[in-house]
Amino acid sequence: MSQRNLGAFGAFEKIGVARLPILLLLSCILLTGLAQAREAAPLAEDVVVEKRMVAISEELRCLVCQNESLAGSHAELAQDLRREIRTLIKQDKTDAEIMDFMVSRYGDFVRYRPPMKASTYLLWFGPFLLLIGALIVLVAYLRRRSGSTEVAAEATLSAEERRQAEALLKQGDSDNK
Amino acid sequence: MKRFLIPLALFFVLIGFLAVGLNLDPREVPSPLVGKSAPLFQLPQLDDGGKTFSPRDMLGKVWLLNVWATWCVSCRAEHPLLVAFTRQHGDLVNLPIVGLSYKEVRGDGEIDVSKISPVDELQLTRKRAAAWLAEHGNPYALSALDVDGRVGIDYGVYGVPETYVIDKAGIIRYKQIGPLTPDVLNKKILPLVKELEK
Repeated sequence: MSQRNLGAFGAFEKIGVARLPILLLLSCILLTGLAQAREAAPLAEDVVVEKRMVAISEELRCLVCQNESLAGSHAELAQDLRREIRTLIKQDKTDAEIMDFMVSRYGDFVRYRPPMKASTYLLWFGPFLLLIGALIVLVAYLRRRSGSTEVAAEATLSAEERRQAEALLKQGDSDNK
Repeated sequence: MKRFLIPLALFFVLIGFLAVGLNLDPREVPSPLVGKSAPLFQLPQLDDGGKTFSPRDMLGKVWLLNVWATWCVSCRAEHPLLVAFTRQHGDLVNLPIVGLSYKEVRGDGEIDVSKISPVDELQLTRKRAAAWLAEHGNPYALSALDVDGRVGIDYGVYGVPETYVIDKAGIIRYKQIGPLTPDVLNKKILPLVKELEK
């Protein structure tokens, strides 16, 4: 809060510069409080219902904007479906029943966590199959490589070369002493 | 040479996956309702204030349920096809098309429904839908009014237009997401309808 800005608030000057920041802060808090109260009004009155609705709709895909959850989407259909979920919660339906309600209308696609069944086994276990496959290839490759280097080393060193190498090693030893 | 064959084969496999995957339309979600009974409802009709419509009324007939709204741009593209179909084949093929006017007023982003009473909303729905059909032609045997979109939820509607083929026993046989095209109508829907008529 700079001194120059205070000039603009002519009416505040009588209150005194020291109290002004507090007053502004208070009015800010008050105003945001009012603004929030106005936004919250159309939402469900019941906090428990709202919490459950959010928890359920976070598991569901918005079919209009498919990369958004039902909880986070502003699409109109998402609003309708959230309202529908609220109604179902108030009718004492369980989470599983509400999930069934959605899946029976929009299919498994509406769920972010696909169910485990015959048509989704590949989806669930495919990555592990790929991992196992990759490990097998890796092990086979490493084995072959270590095997081939041994063979290559033995094959390329002739008796003459071996003698030379030993001579060099000996020389190195005597140098170090 | 042989060592290049495996990466090359993998490359082509990848190309194959991409070619198929990138050509799929993620908006076309297979409906779980195909093969199941069309959800029942009771909705006011457009023409007659007192009358209601229920899918039960159509038992014994093969029919189309076409979900539409005047604010829906793709419906505008689809509409002439439906009008032409009814005009040309209306007498030859016994295939009534039932229009389901979906959230006519509240679906239109420019109207604030919280300021309109339910009675007024229904009235405005009637007015808008009737005016639009008078202007662009009416391909429907009748129109039902889903003012709040509640029936749309039961049918798994997530974008208009959508069209359902429903058989004589009231079972959904096909669902078209997005506008009908002459191709879909002639190659998919009409052969299916012929099959179901037997």
